[in-house]
Amino acid sequence: MSARRNRPAVGIAEIQPELERLRRRGFLRNALSLGGLTLLTGCDLATHSGVDAALEAIMRFDDRVQAALFSRQRLAATYEASAITRPYRFNAFYAEWQVRPVPDNWALAVSGQVADRRPWTLPALMALPQQGQITRHICIEGWSQIGQWSGVPLGVFLRRVGADLSARYVAFKCFDGYSTSIDMASALHPQTLLALDFEEKPLAPQWGAPLRLRIPTKLGFKSAKNLEAIEVSNTYPGGYWENQGYGWFAGV
Amino acid sequence: MKRRATRRSAHPIAIRIMHWIGVYAMGCMIFSGWEIYNASPSLPFLFPAWTGLGGWLGGALAWHLSAMWLLFADGIAYLAFGFASGHFRNDLKLPRAHEVVRDVGAALRFRLAHHIGHYNAVQRLLYGGVIVAIFLQVLTGLAIWKPVQFGWLADLFGGYPVARGIHLAIMFGIVGFVLLHVALVAIHPNTLKSMIVTVPTETEESR
Repeated sequence: MSARRNRPAVGIAEIQPELERLRRRGFLRNALSLGGLTLLTGCDLATHSGVDAALEAIMRFDDRVQAALFSRQRLAATYEASAITRPYRFNAFYAEWQVRPVPDNWALAVSGQVADRRPWTLPALMALPQQGQITRHICIEGWSQIGQWSGVPLGVFLRRVGADLSARYVAFKCFDGYSTSIDMASALHPQTLLALDFEEKPLAPQWGAPLRLRIPTKLGFKSAKNLEAIEVSNTYPGGYWENQGYGWFAGV
Repeated sequence: MKRRATRRSAHPIAIRIMHWIGVYAMGCMIFSGWEIYNASPSLPFLFPAWTGLGGWLGGALAWHLSAMWLLFADGIAYLAFGFASGHFRNDLKLPRAHEVVRDVGAALRFRLAHHIGHYNAVQRLLYGGVIVAIFLQVLTGLAIWKPVQFGWLADLFGGYPVARGIHLAIMFGIVGFVLLHVALVAIHPNTLKSMIVTVPTETEESR
C-alpha cells in the first residue's frame, strides 16, 4: 500500500473507464465509418438519432425474443475439473491493480420488494445451502473460459428473504462502482449463484470477493463481482454497460 | 435448345428485390462483424477501424443483432421463392462434374460464354455455394448467439469456441465470393443492369 501512496491522486488509467464511457455516450456517434457512410446514405449523419432509435427499438425486440427462448429448465453445459481454464483471465472495467479490497464490516444490503430487508453477513450466507458448478463464462467480446464456482443459489436466497418472485427485475450494486440487473426468470434459474468460492477457495478480490453473481446462462458482464446490494423491483434498473448500449437481456 | 415462346425477364422482379435487400443485410452483417471480431481477435490481425460498423463493440452488436432479422427474413423469402418457383430446380441445378471441368477450363482461358438469364456450371457452383455458406452462417451465428438455449446446435458445430471459429471462416468464404462476383460483374456489366431493371433472357443459340 505504501508504494501506492506515492502515485498521483488520479492516474490516467484510473479514469480511463470513465473517459471511455463518455466517449461512447453517443452510442453510434463514431459510426462514421466506411460501413456507416455507404449503408446510411440519406440518414442524418451528424447525430444518427433516427438510426439510434431504430436500433434501440430492435434491441428491445431482441430482449423479448431472448426472454421467450430462455428456459428455466435448460442448463448450461457443465465440465470436468480437468477442463478448467488456467490461468483464469481477469476481467473488469478497470485494470487488475485497481481491484478494491473488501470494505471493513462488509454486509450485503437487500432492498425493494422483499419481506426481510436485514443485511446479510458472510457467515450467514455461508450457512445457507451451497451448490457448485464448472461452467463456461462467455464474454460479450467473444472469448470464453471455463471456471469453477460455488455458493448460494440465488433462487434459494430470494425465497429466504421473502422476495416478490413475480417482480420483474433483480438489480445488483457493487462496491467497485459496477452495477447490473437481470430478469426474475433468470434469477431463479437453478445455475444462478451468489458465489462465495472460486476453485473451491473463498473468492480472492480479483474474482469478486467476498460475494459475486455467477450466471452461466448470460454473457459474462452480467456476473457482477464485489457485490454490496441486491434490489428486487419492477422498475428497470439498467446497469454499468447496459446504460452505454450493451443489450440488456444478454442471454446465451 | 429450343427458343422459348416468350422471352422472360432474366431475373424475376422478386429475385432482384431480394438480391439487393440481401446485399444491404450482408453488408451490415460483415462490417459490424469485423468490429465485433476486433473486440477479441482470434487471429493475429485486426480489421481496419474505418471498415467497422457501429463505432464500438456495443454499437456493432446492435447492428449485427438488428440486421440479422433482415437477413433472416430475406433468406426465408428467397428459399420459399426458390423452391416454389422452380428457380433452384431450373436455374441452380447442381452441375455435373464434367460440366464444371469444362466450364472452369473455359473460364480460365477466358472463353466461357455468358448468357444473361442462364447460369453456366461455374455460376451454378458459386451461387449454390454461397447460398449454402449463408445458410451455415446463420446456423453458426445462432449457435454462438445462444450456446446454452441452442446448446444442441453449438454441440453440432463442436461447441461454442469452435462454432465461433467456423463463423469467422465462413465469413472469409462469403467475402471471397463477393470479391469474385463483383469482379465478374465488372467484366460483364450487362449482368448488373439485368439485376436492376427488366432485361430479357438471352437465348442460347448465340452460344
